[in-house]
Amino acid sequence: MQTKRRLSVVAALTASIGLLAACGSGVQPGEGSDAGDGESSAAGGSATASAWITTGSSALWADSFEWWNEQNPDEAFEVEAFANDAYKEKIRTAVGAGNAPTLIFGWGGGGLKEYVDNGNVVDITEGTQDVLDRVIPSVAAGGIVDGSVYGVPNAQSQPVIMYYNAELFEQVGAEVPTTWDEVMEVTATFNEAGIAPFSVAGQSKWPYLMWIQYLTDRIGGPEVFQAVLDNEPDAWSDPAITEALTKIQELVEADGFVDGYGSVVADANADLALLYTGRAAMMLQGSWVYSTFKADAEEFTMDGGLGYTTFPEVEGGAGDPANIVGNTSNYWSVSADADEAAQETAVSYLNEIIFDEEYTDLLLSEGGVPPVTGLEDRIAEIEDSSFVELAYGMVRDAPHFQLSWDQALAPAAAQELLTNLENIFLLQITPQEFVDNMNATIE
Amino acid sequence: MTRGAGTGAARRRRTGPAPWLAAPALGFFAFFALLPLVGVLVLSFTSWDGLGSPEFIGGSNWSRMLADPLTHNAIWLSVKVVLLCLLFQAPASLLLGVFMAGKQKWREVLSILYFLPLLFSSAAVAIAFKSLLDPNFGLGAATGLDFLSQDWLGQPDLALVVTVFVISWCFIPFHSLLYQAGARQIPTTMYEAALLDGANTWQRFWQITIPQLRYTIVTSTTLILVGSLTYFDLIYVLTGGGPGDATRILPLHMYLTGFRSFDMGGASVVAVLLVVVGLTMSLGLNRMSGSHRMDSQQEGA
Repeated sequence: MQTKRRLSVVAALTASIGLLAACGSGVQPGEGSDAGDGESSAAGGSATASAWITTGSSALWADSFEWWNEQNPDEAFEVEAFANDAYKEKIRTAVGAGNAPTLIFGWGGGGLKEYVDNGNVVDITEGTQDVLDRVIPSVAAGGIVDGSVYGVPNAQSQPVIMYYNAELFEQVGAEVPTTWDEVMEVTATFNEAGIAPFSVAGQSKWPYLMWIQYLTDRIGGPEVFQAVLDNEPDAWSDPAITEALTKIQELVEADGFVDGYGSVVADANADLALLYTGRAAMMLQGSWVYSTFKADAEEFTMDGGLGYTTFPEVEGGAGDPANIVGNTSNYWSVSADADEAAQETAVSYLNEIIFDEEYTDLLLSEGGVPPVTGLEDRIAEIEDSSFVELAYGMVRDAPHFQLSWDQALAPAAAQELLTNLENIFLLQITPQEFVDNMNATIE
Repeated sequence: MTRGAGTGAARRRRTGPAPWLAAPALGFFAFFALLPLVGVLVLSFTSWDGLGSPEFIGGSNWSRMLADPLTHNAIWLSVKVVLLCLLFQAPASLLLGVFMAGKQKWREVLSILYFLPLLFSSAAVAIAFKSLLDPNFGLGAATGLDFLSQDWLGQPDLALVVTVFVISWCFIPFHSLLYQAGARQIPTTMYEAALLDGANTWQRFWQITIPQLRYTIVTSTTLILVGSLTYFDLIYVLTGGGPGDATRILPLHMYLTGFRSFDMGGASVVAVLLVVVGLTMSLGLNRMSGSHRMDSQQEGA
């Protein structure tokens, strides 16, 4: 025990030195972190809770903390904002070193489960009933581990949607495909017309996931990936996965993807640009890119140039075509290293603010899809109603909402998956090699 | 080194500043260099995913990482990058540096242009090149030249060469600067003598410039070797190690193992490997060039 503790100090020290070197500014939240031993916390009195948020598309979180701080100056949050990728790497080190903010922002899935297993986050089943009653159950389930609540959804649901360029479909006289056979037919049609059928941001790797996730689900149903999550031996050997990989490679060989897709980057939204500049006809992407379409090509998006639909069926597949994949939501968890007062503040913030009317309206005004029940009437009134209606309906009616595989798996297996999948798309390995490599990650 | 010189050095040391004056520097060195190094060595024998406490698992990280094809690939790629960088950067910077030391017309304007890449941060360079090389919206599309519309960073065979090119683009100015300084040190009398003997430009370059630059060559080569071995930021931004594992060199392999897969033990093994390879290389070079031969420059010429 003694050596173990000393070792963890060395480890934490090494990690934080590494972090300092990597980030330049290693800002740590002040009060909430070092009061974990309990004795010193009572004397101080100022129980400021803290939260780290990610910058980028949504002002939702920053605004909600501002409201809260105005109304509760005694229980104010200290908020710091980070870029998405930088945050992902920083938060884990902070949690491991016991320096996490009171509210830990996450994606649910394998990452949340690891926090729970290590006792880094606390059970907040009590005190969050109000907010969970407002949320669609399948989304709330993403924050529940072993029957207890460890995460509360805090953002839009992000189903993966098939976007298409309606003008191009008109130009070549084709119908939007609803089955996989039609996908292959329309691929040939577009290639004859000199237009790339699909855009995909290959260099970012994760857009490839959307393909294997939807295909596996349509062919074999959600049970196939559940077996992987349950660590069943050789779970990747399921024929549905091999068939999905084979279909992907058939599409690659039929020139289904835009030239040079291996160096298209999602960060720069180059994959979207290919669609609205008429170089590619279709694209699989999350619902979050809709607001970028609107910002970068407003006329095209609002005047019917941009089409959106669900992923096609695969003939004879076992999965329900209403199933969706994507990110169920983002989640707030409460750090076990925070002192009790800060934890209480965090729980009341979650229960009172998250997905109340104002929060939900703000999310809707950003074109987001709140995972909240009974929004149909309010959605009909907004400017982007046709898109939000589709996405909201997909989330509401989906029998199964599969969290993105890279988030659902433990980090090591997720990295292995992304690399192997990239090699599948680049025709560097065969489906069988993929299956063997991935089976090796199951412990 | 004779015995007399040794005792002379010892006498000087006795009269020099007290050794404890070095204490603050040594302290910083120990805290920021040695302690993390020891920490990494300890971590390489543990299993730790960044949460909770590391657990001692003996040498199994070592046997696992050393048997991992990804590690072999990373070592092989690192060697490739070092060799390609050397093959590309050394001759180019030598020629540029010697040219910049000359007296040609427009030389100064060109020197400033050549020097520019060194002033940009590598992240900015990487982002700029990424946009230029974009197959759909980059140089090829802008100029209408088809051969520029390659999938430069998306093809495993091409990505590494392109990466080396971008690295070289960044660092050739620095090495040319070294060569320029070296070339300016060469006494003009040697060239005048050669001219009298009827040597042409090529002979003067080959017979005088190159031999006179041998120490600059050693310095620059060492810097290229060690620099390309530890190269990280540019490749990270440019390709992220992809496509597949095509540009996943040792430092990236370490980073991705540690901070993407959260396998801190495995990443520590790679870190130690990197330290060993780097030390061996620079020590080897140092021995090859020889410190006593370095000294002799002042006595000769």
